[in-house]
Amino acid sequence: MSPLRRRKEVSRTIAAKPSAARLLEVNELNTAFKTPRGLARAVNNVSFVLDRGKTLGIVGESGSGKSVLSRSIMGLLPKQNVVRDGSVLFDGNEITHLSNSAMREFWGTEMAMVFQDPMTSLNPVLKVGRQITESLHYHLDMDKQQANETALALLKSVGIPEAERRLSEYPHQLSGGMRQRIVIAVALACGPKLLFADEPTTALDVTVQAQILNLLQQQQRERDMAMVLVTHDLGVVAGRADEIAVMYAGQIVERAPTRVLFAQMRMPYTEGLLKSIPKLEQASHTRMQIIGGRPPDLVSPPPGCKFAPRCAYAQAKCHSEEPPLVEADSPGHYFKCWFPVGTPEGKDALERNLAAKLPQALAAVGGDTNAAAKVEAEV
Amino acid sequence: MPEPLPETADVPSSRAVEAGVQTLTLETTPPIPVVVEKSATKKLGIVGWIAIIWIVTIVGSAIFASLLWIPRPDQKFLALAGDGPSLAHPFGLDSIGQDMLSRVVYGARASLLVSVASVLFGLVFGGILGLIAGYYRGRIDTLLSYTFNVFLAIPQLVLALALVAVFASDPAVTVGKRELWLVIAIGLVSIPIIGRITRAATLAWSQREFVLAARSMGAKNRRIIVRDVLPNVLPAMFSISLLGIAVVIVLEGGLSILGVGVPTSTPSWGNLIATGRNELTKIVGAAPQVIFAPSIVIFITVLSLNYLGDVVRARFDVRDSAL
Repeated sequence: MSPLRRRKEVSRTIAAKPSAARLLEVNELNTAFKTPRGLARAVNNVSFVLDRGKTLGIVGESGSGKSVLSRSIMGLLPKQNVVRDGSVLFDGNEITHLSNSAMREFWGTEMAMVFQDPMTSLNPVLKVGRQITESLHYHLDMDKQQANETALALLKSVGIPEAERRLSEYPHQLSGGMRQRIVIAVALACGPKLLFADEPTTALDVTVQAQILNLLQQQQRERDMAMVLVTHDLGVVAGRADEIAVMYAGQIVERAPTRVLFAQMRMPYTEGLLKSIPKLEQASHTRMQIIGGRPPDLVSPPPGCKFAPRCAYAQAKCHSEEPPLVEADSPGHYFKCWFPVGTPEGKDALERNLAAKLPQALAAVGGDTNAAAKVEAEV
Repeated sequence: MPEPLPETADVPSSRAVEAGVQTLTLETTPPIPVVVEKSATKKLGIVGWIAIIWIVTIVGSAIFASLLWIPRPDQKFLALAGDGPSLAHPFGLDSIGQDMLSRVVYGARASLLVSVASVLFGLVFGGILGLIAGYYRGRIDTLLSYTFNVFLAIPQLVLALALVAVFASDPAVTVGKRELWLVIAIGLVSIPIIGRITRAATLAWSQREFVLAARSMGAKNRRIIVRDVLPNVLPAMFSISLLGIAVVIVLEGGLSILGVGVPTSTPSWGNLIATGRNELTKIVGAAPQVIFAPSIVIFITVLSLNYLGDVVRARFDVRDSAL
């Protein structure tokens, strides 16, 4: 028993308020890190809303600010060297600039996070059972027996066989998939209303990925919990998210209900992401479609559209003027592009670039690796 | 160790470069001796067991000295004064006829008491400060680290000497009080050393994701430090304390020679050497066992503690890398 264990006084200010339909509302959230070279803007003007029990998928490649966004919303980033502004409304409460002690009212009980790597997100020297019961003791004031029973039920609900035995095992005795189930059980322990899943399957075997995603989805449905599913894989969110936000260089470049996004994507970046998923019906040895180059430097991003240097559709305007986030024909569909995919302007732009043999256009259409290398060199 | 790469700019023929590459590959390919590493880290080995047995013997005989079949340390066998080892007195006798074995065994009490207590003192305060500095970082870390460095810049022996000399050098002070001041002085000296080790380990461990995970579950900083960071840092702290005890045993000896160790009325390994050191320069009737007995015991004890400290550290490393 830890001498430092303290029962928490029940001083919930949050529970009293009537629950709004909107669980999470993020308005123009900015997050930047102070670096010796200047401010690195990892999250730029991000806005979205998430209703109770719904899933938002956040998609983007490495370094696009997905993880920083979810940590910034939860207020988990360090206070030093981080500049945050905008607003985050959780269940009608403004939580953007709350202190850590005030945020503890929300952490665990209202919102929780499942981390990417189950190898590092469990404490190696504490037994699994202890890691689950700890927050039950602390937040829900359970006694030892209650907490143990709840932990057992939790382990069973996340599909861990021989749950009784696992409670007294250490993380290193479990496999990766099993550990991620434990991590999920820890996050779900206090019944959060919102779960952030930060690339929950990236560190796992492909065969286990689907199981873990299904588990998350099933738990979410049972608990009527909202979820923010962060991933770099459009395939992961395709069947599981109600809405998808595509991030690039810290900005949301396209946001739409899942069905709409896949049917009528407007943003060339989204198209590129989708095309880069290899398809089963393709002949073997088909050249993979890729997006050449790398995401921009967040300290000094390009002046116009951030994606322009890699974009197959980019025109002169794209390099100088940043497009606004505008609503498309169908409601709830927003995108950020001057020459959107699937419009006459976009088609013209692409043809012009192909005629001019722009490397990024060749790379995007023909999967030309030489052209892709050229983009890489230029970006 | 591979040779430095041949600089291609200076080597005109490509064959020479190839030869260089070849020697390189040849020299880097020998398989890593996995088996040796495994047996060294997973098992204690004979040396480890000898070290443990030695330490247990020393500690056990110090605690139960009065029950052992040895004379009192101040009992004088005047007829045998200065005699070398014999069956009745395995370590010999000193110049006033006191049994050296008994004096070494009783001396272990004071030596071990002072060294364990002062390392514990350093462990508690250095550990807490190190955890705070490593976990919170920022200004508090800068402040504490600078303080540690300033203290480390002062030679330990001099600092401890000064503290004891100022507060407990009066011959009227009791043995207990002198020992207390020794513990405080040596403990203070060990705070920055243990503090820095703890801070370094804490820095590494608090960057791990499970600390962030604990935070995201609403755990308070103090709780995270105690429950999540400390258990992981403990092996490093334990390993440095074993080494620390060894260092303090020697340091206490040094202080005794300078006249501020445990008072000579109570034997300690340090003051046995200090009071006996003129035996070595005597031309007639020298009793070198007076120096050698405690010196050899100190030597083996320090060696054992160092070895065990290494074993602990190696085990800790293995566990860390396996995760």
